[in-house]
Amino acid sequence: MEKFLNITLSGLTVGFIYAAFALCLVLIFRATRLINFGQGAQAMFTTYIALELINRGASYWIGLLAALVSGFVIGGLVERFVVRPVETGPEINAVIVTLGVFIFFVALAAVVFGNTFESFPSAFSLTGLQVGGLDLALTRNELYNIAAVLIALVLLTLLFQFTSLGLRMRAAAFGQEVARLLGVRVGQMLTLGWALAGLFGSLAGILIAGGTLVSPNYMDGVVVFGFVAAVLGGLDSFIGAVVGGLVLGLTNSYVSGYAGQELITLGALAILIVVLLLKPGGLFASSVARRV
Amino acid sequence: MLEISDLVTAYGPVKALDGVSMTVPAGKITAVLGANGAGKTSLLRTVSGLVRSRSGQVRLEGRDITRAPVEEMVRLGMAHVPEGRGVIAELTVEENLRLGGLFRKDKDAVAQIEHTYELFPALGERRKRAAHTLSGGERQQLVVGRALLARPKVLLLDEPSLGLAPMVVNQIFGLVRDLVDRTGLAVLLVEQNAKSALSIADTGIVLSLGKVVATDDAKVLAADEQLRHAYLGF
Ligand SMILES: Nc1ncnc2c1ncn2[C@@H]1O[C@H](COP(=O)(O)OP(=O)(O)OP(=O)(O)O)[C@@H](O)[C@H]1O
Ligand SMILES: [Mg+2]
Repeated sequence: MEKFLNITLSGLTVGFIYAAFALCLVLIFRATRLINFGQGAQAMFTTYIALELINRGASYWIGLLAALVSGFVIGGLVERFVVRPVETGPEINAVIVTLGVFIFFVALAAVVFGNTFESFPSAFSLTGLQVGGLDLALTRNELYNIAAVLIALVLLTLLFQFTSLGLRMRAAAFGQEVARLLGVRVGQMLTLGWALAGLFGSLAGILIAGGTLVSPNYMDGVVVFGFVAAVLGGLDSFIGAVVGGLVLGLTNSYVSGYAGQELITLGALAILIVVLLLKPGGLFASSVARRV
Repeated sequence: MLEISDLVTAYGPVKALDGVSMTVPAGKITAVLGANGAGKTSLLRTVSGLVRSRSGQVRLEGRDITRAPVEEMVRLGMAHVPEGRGVIAELTVEENLRLGGLFRKDKDAVAQIEHTYELFPALGERRKRAAHTLSGGERQQLVVGRALLARPKVLLLDEPSLGLAPMVVNQIFGLVRDLVDRTGLAVLLVEQNAKSALSIADTGIVLSLGKVVATDDAKVLAADEQLRHAYLGF
């Protein structure tokens, strides 16, 4: 029972991080029908920025803030100056350009910060909590991870559902031409969407790094699982991304807990295939309506 | 109000508009008629900037807007209801309407939305529903209502009658006519359904293969048997 509980808890923790990363893929996919393959590398780079500040004596929180801000700025710059110029060409061009972003940031990080493993501090304690007589695998730091993702999610939802800016962003994402006719500055909305995605990616990047080692490739695994989570959720639904992330986190955790670590990827693949067979659009595909 | 002169628009080698000129006066409905592929949609899309013209000019209240960005048009006083209705299906009815008045600085946009619900009670009943749950007629009401929330001086309508029951068409046309008479709105209406369009329009313009082949009073056009047979199919 204790084992099951702990496996579930750690699955949920990882799931929230996958969810955060899936969210930034969804943010971009909704607006531009593109997968940003550079997302993980952008996040990795901003984690290094945070680490650099922390190593020079800044607090974790200053580091976090710097990562989020630089993630936001980098995301916006990538859209405006890298993706936008190729947007009118064939879609494959934009995809290749985002692969270029990936290579660029990995290489840049290796040059600037070195191609070695460095340890990243955690915000809170990494020892398991005790509740009643139970030794939980859940740590304070993991609680913080979950809380951070939840807070970011609530803020994002508030922005999108309850502000005029959010309404304009959704209009630009779902009906670009109509939005322009109604006076929405679609270009600005796209830049902002990529910037927000950058911010979310950086949050995921920092949370994953907490208490572990980072290297220019440390995000690669998360990118894959975040992508799977986003596809599970339907690629254009926020709720879908979160549910997809949690489902995947739990699956991975159960598989590694009861069957073996080496089977994780297979488990993820299996759940992906099952979901896509049952619901080809993903669990929460929201834009089916548009194809009517 | 709106002056179009010598407009040429081409998609590659295909000329969709081949030197089109017309004026769309305030307080009048100008109907542009023509068969499939005559260039009606291209005309509206060029006027609102969605498609860039090769040459020619579009002037709104004397001001050259030929190269103005699409996003500016609504601020300049032009509303365009595109072909195929243009509701944003994922948003609710109310959100679609809010977009209509979004750029306006005055605070009575909310009151205006309530007014739209009075005009179209079916929309009011469905305000919290996603727009893709609406019927074709309700969608048309939604996009016309949304366009009017911007308080345009010129309204471009692309085949509003397409796929709608005659009763719904009459309701929407009646509403537009009434608005034009009351507020001096200028309407550029594009229709294949020449009969209904001419019944509410002041002026009719017949377009064929990108060229204006006839311009006349709507009643005169409707009575011109030869022209009707040749271009309008009724
Ligand atoms: N995006 C495009 N690319 C290439 N050719 C186009 C495009 N849009 C329209 N055309 C061509 O331009 C011409 C005019 O088309 P347009 O859509 O303006 O006609 P229309 O009068 O609106 O027709 P309908 O009544 O069918 O809506 C047609 O020959 C059409 O094939
Ligand atoms: Mg047309």
